[in-house]
Amino acid sequence: MNAKNADTTVETPPEDLTREQLLGMYRRMRLIRGFEDTAKERFEAGEIAGFLHLSQGQEAVPVGVCSALGPRDYITSTHRGHGDVIAKGCEVKRMFAELYGRATGYCKGKGGSMHIADFSQGIIGATGIVSGSLPTSVGIGLGIKQRGGDEVVVCFFGDGATAEGGFHEALNLASLWQVPVIFVCQNNLYGLSQPWEKTAYKCDLVARVATYHIPGECVDGMDVIAVHRAARRAVERARSGGGPGFIEAKTYRFLGHYVGDPALYMPAEEREAWRKRDAIVKLRGQLLAWGYLTEAEDEAMGAEVAAELQAGVEYAKASPLAAPETALEELYVHFDYLGNPR
Amino acid sequence: MAVREITYREALKEAMREEMLRDETVFLIGEDIADPHGGSYKVTAGLSTEFGLDRVIQTPISEQGFIGTAVGAALIGRRPIAEILYIDFCTMAMDQIVNQAAKIRYMSGGQAKVPLVIRTQGGMGRSSAAQHAQSLEAWFVHTPGLLVAMPSTPYDAKGLLKTAIRLDDPVIFIEHKLLYNTKGPVPEEEYTIPFGVADVKREGRDCTVVATSRTVLMTLAAAETLEREGISVEVVDPRTLFPLDVDTIVASVKKTSRLVVVHEAVERCGFGAEVVAQVAEKAYGYVDAPIVRVCAPSVPAPFARQLEDYVMVDEKKIADKVRRLVRGEI
Repeated sequence: MNAKNADTTVETPPEDLTREQLLGMYRRMRLIRGFEDTAKERFEAGEIAGFLHLSQGQEAVPVGVCSALGPRDYITSTHRGHGDVIAKGCEVKRMFAELYGRATGYCKGKGGSMHIADFSQGIIGATGIVSGSLPTSVGIGLGIKQRGGDEVVVCFFGDGATAEGGFHEALNLASLWQVPVIFVCQNNLYGLSQPWEKTAYKCDLVARVATYHIPGECVDGMDVIAVHRAARRAVERARSGGGPGFIEAKTYRFLGHYVGDPALYMPAEEREAWRKRDAIVKLRGQLLAWGYLTEAEDEAMGAEVAAELQAGVEYAKASPLAAPETALEELYVHFDYLGNPR
Repeated sequence: MAVREITYREALKEAMREEMLRDETVFLIGEDIADPHGGSYKVTAGLSTEFGLDRVIQTPISEQGFIGTAVGAALIGRRPIAEILYIDFCTMAMDQIVNQAAKIRYMSGGQAKVPLVIRTQGGMGRSSAAQHAQSLEAWFVHTPGLLVAMPSTPYDAKGLLKTAIRLDDPVIFIEHKLLYNTKGPVPEEEYTIPFGVADVKREGRDCTVVATSRTVLMTLAAAETLEREGISVEVVDPRTLFPLDVDTIVASVKKTSRLVVVHEAVERCGFGAEVVAQVAEKAYGYVDAPIVRVCAPSVPAPFARQLEDYVMVDEKKIADKVRRLVRGEI
């Protein structure tokens, strides 16, 4: 990684995060970046089918948020969700297996890039319908409340969801019922090709959400520590019965809406400016400055991440393809796809 | 078994009450359902008083929001029974029903269970006009991942709803606004009715009529009339449209060699088309007459009584069609 691009504000090391935690966040961000870079490369090589909606540039948001969660907490995600699910604990080898349509993939080849789920880790799936996960997240929160649990739900979505009806219905009900849901908007400035400032008159999400009496804050989504702190505040409040919270993380989608999108609508100067604010580069500079990481350790970590990704691709390619006839399986619990009792 | 006569409404309420007593994860959610209102059609009257407002959650008018809430709660093991006041309003929640509830299990490779019941009601006959009188069951039958029940009697309503609540798959449970006050025998003792088992409501020799929901009652009345004319009608009520008990329908058609399919929904691409296709495939060679349907013409439900009567299926239209078919006039 090129250190001269770093826009690093060197402060003293944070007192609320240990070296291990920060290194863990750094590694996780690199793993997400590496996963998506590799997936893009393999997609362009023709090895992966379908759509790929990538999130390079946004890694600090899911990593900052999920590092404030426990293993029993839940997340929901979107079509641009690779980072979210890796941040919560998905293994890249089973994600690659899913992208390659293998039986060992998280969804056995039925979900693909847009729908990776791991219920055993509270990863309640990713939806390809913009805003679709917001109402369901309210329901997960309501279910937690009904059973007297202390888990929380993080609902990740993009700025594109904020103009959907589901956004407003979910916020209203979450507030009405005071459920432990943290709505995290990854505002990457584009919904499809529509720029954020053309989404609403005078866009101010925190102010808009405040009208539902949901406390929120806007954070720099290119600063993982800032994201983490905002998430920790919202999680603590929700976990202790304080109801829903909202975070708008200002971030940027380095690439287009999907692999193959020439993204002519994203001005070159804008892209360049955001590239210079890369959250991974920023954290790396901080870790070096604080003496938490040496150049050699950084290089070793890079090699380790690359090896994990390489092994992941190999695992996927070596795994059996999901058998064609499994397309007819796992539709119902009690019936086969024709309706015969099981 | 002790049997009493109760209404369709009471049968539904008994099913929910018994399952709420049996399983504390069962809860109701929807508009207008709490006391003192007790539901637009009073089906849930008394339940919020008995179980409290945490288990009978009255919502704002927010179908996408509360259906999504029910889906999410089901995904972590709660057992919601959501009520959509009119089936017409399911359009406001179609993403949650069709893209989320129906798909999550499949697209997660079988990880998810969605033990969700969506109760709703449809049908014409009260001058409710185009947005409060539709029969949209075919949309849901057409969506892989959903189960669809459409009971015609109090007995079926109770037994099917209890089963729906216990299943781990999402069920669209479609009632009829003009059936709530109808009465029928229902045992005192507990019972359930499996999904995918049709009920032959009347045996006959000359013609099979497959009918759903309120048109079952119309067909039974028409069969009485026709019996006096010497035409013997067999009435098959599928009870669940998916899973569909094709075997019972096919066996009946093989016996009678004639088939009429009846439903209130508009004809084009209605549920009847699936029944006809199944019979054409599985009883070809046994059918001695054209297979015909008695449905609403494909127009929206009109308001004025004479207009609604003109398009709505009724006993006379069913009797006329069966009579002409059996006489070889079609």
